[in-house]
Amino acid sequence: MREGLHLSIDRIKCDGHGLCAELLPELIRLDDWGYPIIAPGPVPDHLLPLAQRAVATCPVLALALRRTAASK
Amino acid sequence: MSGLRLLAGPSLSSGSETYADHVRRLGAATLAGRALIEALGRSGLTGRGGASFSVAVKWKAVAVASKGRAVVIANGAEGEPQSHKDRLLMTTRPHLILDGAFLAARTLRANQVVLYVGEEHGSSWAAMERALDERPEAERRIARMVAAPHRYVAGESSAAVHLVEAGIATPTTTPPHPRERGVASAPTLVQNVETLAHIALIARYGDAWYKSAGRRGAAGTILITITGGVKSPGILEVEAGTTIEEAVAMAGGVSEPAAALLVGGYFGAWVPADKGWALPLDAAALKAQGMNLGCGVIGVLPATRCGVCDTARIMRYLAQESSAQCGPCFFGLRALSDAIGRVAERGTNRDDLARLNRWAVEVQGRGACKHPDGAVIFLRSALSTFADTFASHPAHWRQQPA
Repeated sequence: MREGLHLSIDRIKCDGHGLCAELLPELIRLDDWGYPIIAPGPVPDHLLPLAQRAVATCPVLALALRRTAASK
Repeated sequence: MSGLRLLAGPSLSSGSETYADHVRRLGAATLAGRALIEALGRSGLTGRGGASFSVAVKWKAVAVASKGRAVVIANGAEGEPQSHKDRLLMTTRPHLILDGAFLAARTLRANQVVLYVGEEHGSSWAAMERALDERPEAERRIARMVAAPHRYVAGESSAAVHLVEAGIATPTTTPPHPRERGVASAPTLVQNVETLAHIALIARYGDAWYKSAGRRGAAGTILITITGGVKSPGILEVEAGTTIEEAVAMAGGVSEPAAALLVGGYFGAWVPADKGWALPLDAAALKAQGMNLGCGVIGVLPATRCGVCDTARIMRYLAQESSAQCGPCFFGLRALSDAIGRVAERGTNRDDLARLNRWAVEVQGRGACKHPDGAVIFLRSALSTFADTFASHPAHWRQQPA
């Protein structure tokens, strides 16, 4: 895996509110049931502020930025 | 065959071997502690519950973190509907399993041993309970039986930990893995019962002996369950690396011409029979070919049965067995099961085929555990193996016997 910060989701916590996909459509889209699908690879630098906002906005704190964990 | 190891000894029909008979036949284990972990590493033994994870890696992780409070869970949940090998081992050779579990406890300085046995496996439960009663007091004192609920995911290692500590057999988010942080936050070894039985023998005879069985570069023996269109379905102990064709011959051969093989059970994959016969029954060799030994189930699909309909039945089961914690698994598997059910029941339609192909990719990697992954890898193997049937499936599901 390439170096950098990756978005990761706690799939048990995630309830499919979908705010993350609204804030960061460049990297997150929703599946047919409203659950996020994250683009593979590290978050590009220019999107980090938006990614941090998406993490902070998740109503159930299911989204995180991690240095090593696989972005599922 | 002469190469029996786990199933060597008294006739299997005579029931479970007593502790006295077991000790008389096999003597005591000579390896323990660091020497045992090193022997396990050299043996290359991998877990037989389905994930084929390195035993030595797991043991080292637990040993390092143990501080005398690790937990050992002997996993006899055997939730895979087609698999019966763990039950056979628990009912006939319970002391091999217990040897492995208590060797693990000593080596990893664990203070608890949990025998996690499927609640519906009555004779296995009885045999394990009786066997535990026969063990020395020092072992009995730290061990207890815990019933695994009759659910497919109950045998998943984080679900086993969750059940033991909270009474709920649903998987939890990993990492942390149970080997790092399991029951009551203590490092926990969750090891399939067949794996523990192999460990009991490696602790007696060593890794060189373990590797003296095995064909085509593979090591040791494995228990497999052969189901479907063979003359004598059931459980066999075969040398690793035995081909499916050879194993099916040991099961009396096919009962009628075969169309496809299901390798690895419900979390495995379909392959066309002509491509499947030569596959070696060995975790590493199958992995190199993009397949999965899983818990060692080989299903033979006769040419008279419809692979699409059988896949639809299994997908319905796997969707029902989602623990309903993660959206992509709960909603995704249900939608996939509905879509393939419509194809099976009403005949092929392009929309459902497109949905199946798209969702079978999208759902992967998006659950806390591997349940959705196993289900969609299985489904994708059906979409490719039965591509012709999917392309023009008749509306005949109801006419097929289950």
